[in-house]
Amino acid sequence: MSVIKVQGLSKSFGALKAVDQLSFEVEAGQVYGFLGQNGSGKSTTIRMLLSLIHPSQGHIEIFGQSLTDNRSAILEQVGAVIERPDLYPYLTAQEHLTLFAKLRKQKITAAKIEATLAQVGLLSRANDKVQTYSLGMKQRLGIGIALLHDPQLIILDEPTNGLDPQGIADIRQLIKSLSKDQGKTVLVSSHLLSEIEQIASHILIIHQGKKMAEGPTSSLLDPNKTIVQIKTLDDADAKQKLMASAYRSNVLERTEGLYLTIPKLEIPALNAFIVASNIDLVSLEAKNSLEDYFLQLTSTF
Amino acid sequence: MKKMILLFVGICFIQVAVVAQSNPLIERVTKKLNTVNDYVATGVMKTDVAFIKASLGKVKVYFKKPNLLKVKKEGGISLLPKGGVSVTINSLLNNKQYIAIESGVQMFKGKSLQAIKLIPTDEKLDWVISTLWIDPVDALVYKTFTTTKENGTYEITMEYGQYASYGLPSKLIFGFNTKDYKLPNGITLEFGDEDPAAKQKALKQKKGTIEITYTNYVINQGVSNSMF
Amino acid sequence: MWPIIQIELFKIYKRPRTYIAFGAIAALILVIQMGLKIDGEAYAAFLMKDINDTLTVDGKVLNGYLICYILLQLLLVHVPLLVALIAADMLSGEANLGTLRLLFTTPYSRTQWVLAKFVAASLYTILLLIWLAFLALFLSMWIFGTDDLFLMKSNYVVLIQEQDVFWRYLGAFVFASFSLLTVAALGFLMSSLANNSIGPIVATISAIVFFTILSTLNIPLFNVVKPYLFTTHMNNWKEFFDIQVNESNDAITGSILNVAKIKNSIIILAIHIGLFVGASVWIMKKKDILS
Repeated sequence: MSVIKVQGLSKSFGALKAVDQLSFEVEAGQVYGFLGQNGSGKSTTIRMLLSLIHPSQGHIEIFGQSLTDNRSAILEQVGAVIERPDLYPYLTAQEHLTLFAKLRKQKITAAKIEATLAQVGLLSRANDKVQTYSLGMKQRLGIGIALLHDPQLIILDEPTNGLDPQGIADIRQLIKSLSKDQGKTVLVSSHLLSEIEQIASHILIIHQGKKMAEGPTSSLLDPNKTIVQIKTLDDADAKQKLMASAYRSNVLERTEGLYLTIPKLEIPALNAFIVASNIDLVSLEAKNSLEDYFLQLTSTF
Repeated sequence: MKKMILLFVGICFIQVAVVAQSNPLIERVTKKLNTVNDYVATGVMKTDVAFIKASLGKVKVYFKKPNLLKVKKEGGISLLPKGGVSVTINSLLNNKQYIAIESGVQMFKGKSLQAIKLIPTDEKLDWVISTLWIDPVDALVYKTFTTTKENGTYEITMEYGQYASYGLPSKLIFGFNTKDYKLPNGITLEFGDEDPAAKQKALKQKKGTIEITYTNYVINQGVSNSMF
Repeated sequence: MWPIIQIELFKIYKRPRTYIAFGAIAALILVIQMGLKIDGEAYAAFLMKDINDTLTVDGKVLNGYLICYILLQLLLVHVPLLVALIAADMLSGEANLGTLRLLFTTPYSRTQWVLAKFVAASLYTILLLIWLAFLALFLSMWIFGTDDLFLMKSNYVVLIQEQDVFWRYLGAFVFASFSLLTVAALGFLMSSLANNSIGPIVATISAIVFFTILSTLNIPLFNVVKPYLFTTHMNNWKEFFDIQVNESNDAITGSILNVAKIKNSIIILAIHIGLFVGASVWIMKKKDILS
């Protein structure tokens, strides 16, 4: 069953098309990774899913109901953290949770509030004002608010932003556990491929408001392949030699500079070929960032 | 020269004769007033001044010989003509520091009243001249018209009832001249439209009256000086 | 909607900024009261200069009721600015803080949130007014005592009997609540248009100052629009302190000179409140929350 079903979603801000004919589906129990560079339209899409932004076009269904017609009932079952963990600096974590508990139909007990504080590791600082919190603590409190009412769908927009490595690991663990142990559906966005590939079962890649790729993580990201950037004194000559070799199919043609996608294990052989071909090599660098993955995508799509 | 001396002596004689002639009526008035050492009167005071909106108020009037007078509104703010106390009959006739000149008989509210002009002999007194209209039959003063040095003219008319034997009125109407009243809008912070009727009325009417209708007198029961 | 009103009230209660207005009012009132206590007679003598030429005023002119009137005259011009400080920040402050998206992703609709916020801002305004009443009226009554209210207006003087004064203050405070709610609604409207705190506050204060100037300037061109400006009507609480007189110029106890004027002002202020809040709801419903 689709928890989220988006069809032909578009949003324009004046001449700028932030989201362009986006369609995707998120199944129940999935951790759905929403991947894209900053400004790619991830946040705009997520805000449309939460009815913060009115779509210019398209249709959103959540839990099989139209978001436009059943906003209130849908949001009763949704918890979200959108971008920055913005909270009231003059309130404590305890006060935040107590206030947001009032907004839900179901009765949220003091014990549940305490358990949520413990879950996000803020129990010992529960009565301190948020203005004294670090960014990581605020992020955790934001997640606490999102989880407080035990929602079926959790939407987390860049949840690891500003967190230290331990914080990132904790959030990663929490997301995995929400899906695995509690059967929740999680939509998580990030601009970091490494983050998404570790937690998401499915990935949607968005670029300039358009869907670039969607599918199971395992099929989209081949862990054995990597992108190699070659810098030489004469790229044209180097490219010519590579195109005349067995590496021809590995060269990413539509990009500036010289990129190849090859299995990691073949990098030494490529190096040997470059030397043997008298290419004046300056550097050979294996890339694994989202940006590089986009390079790969934009060259093959 | 002789004629002139005779004329002068004659005028003096006539004047003295006139003074001597009016004295008995003033004396009768004074005598009647002197029967009252003090009183506390209750009444209702009405203030009618163009630029003042005030409701009828219960007042107590305290008097003590020779000329102590105090009008107190019961638990409130009272407005009295400035210097008005100095022109009450008691004040005018007090100490006999005046020359009285009869100036004819005039009809007033159906009564034939003797007009007597009083000219103060003490220059320190606030008033310059006063005319009293007295009924020779009951020796009651029904009207006075007094010109003061600093506060303009005052007209007091009186009506009498059950306390007439003491020379105490049942109603007293105090007429006086009013000056312009105006406070800048910057002080009152009133920038809206003004009440044109009130403004027009204020411009038209320059005379104010304060009217006291007495309902009761408590006479000669003693009044403490602290009341004044 | 009660839970979200509670939340809004709780936030107002917890915000340090809330107490600036309460503190400012207390400071202003106490300073004026102290000044009048020490040197009030001179002030009264100055006001009564024209009257004292003709009349002797006997009694406690400078009593609690007059002090309250003086205070209201001064403060009801400035309290709107303090109301703007909170009301104009209700929506834009949260937009600026980023918390608006927290609220708007709850099951409550934007209309409900906007109305709840306005109700909370209104309650705050009324509390501010009660605080003002407590200090300006009751504290003045306690410090200066009570007596008839001897009110010196621009062209005439009104002497209202002591027992006829208190209800007029109640009426004046109810009227003032409409005035201040109009300011709150205006602040709210400005707040719905912006995503930062300062802009709407400055815009609201500027609008009040601008329209107050139009309302007070006696220029024929402005007189055409004056009846429709809320600032023209905001000061009409004073009408509770003008009294009718009968044909013999006796003030009629318990009367108000121009009841129709008060009713008209309340209707115009209420229309303004409705329009401002309605526009705020409409704007917020249409708005994309990008902050």
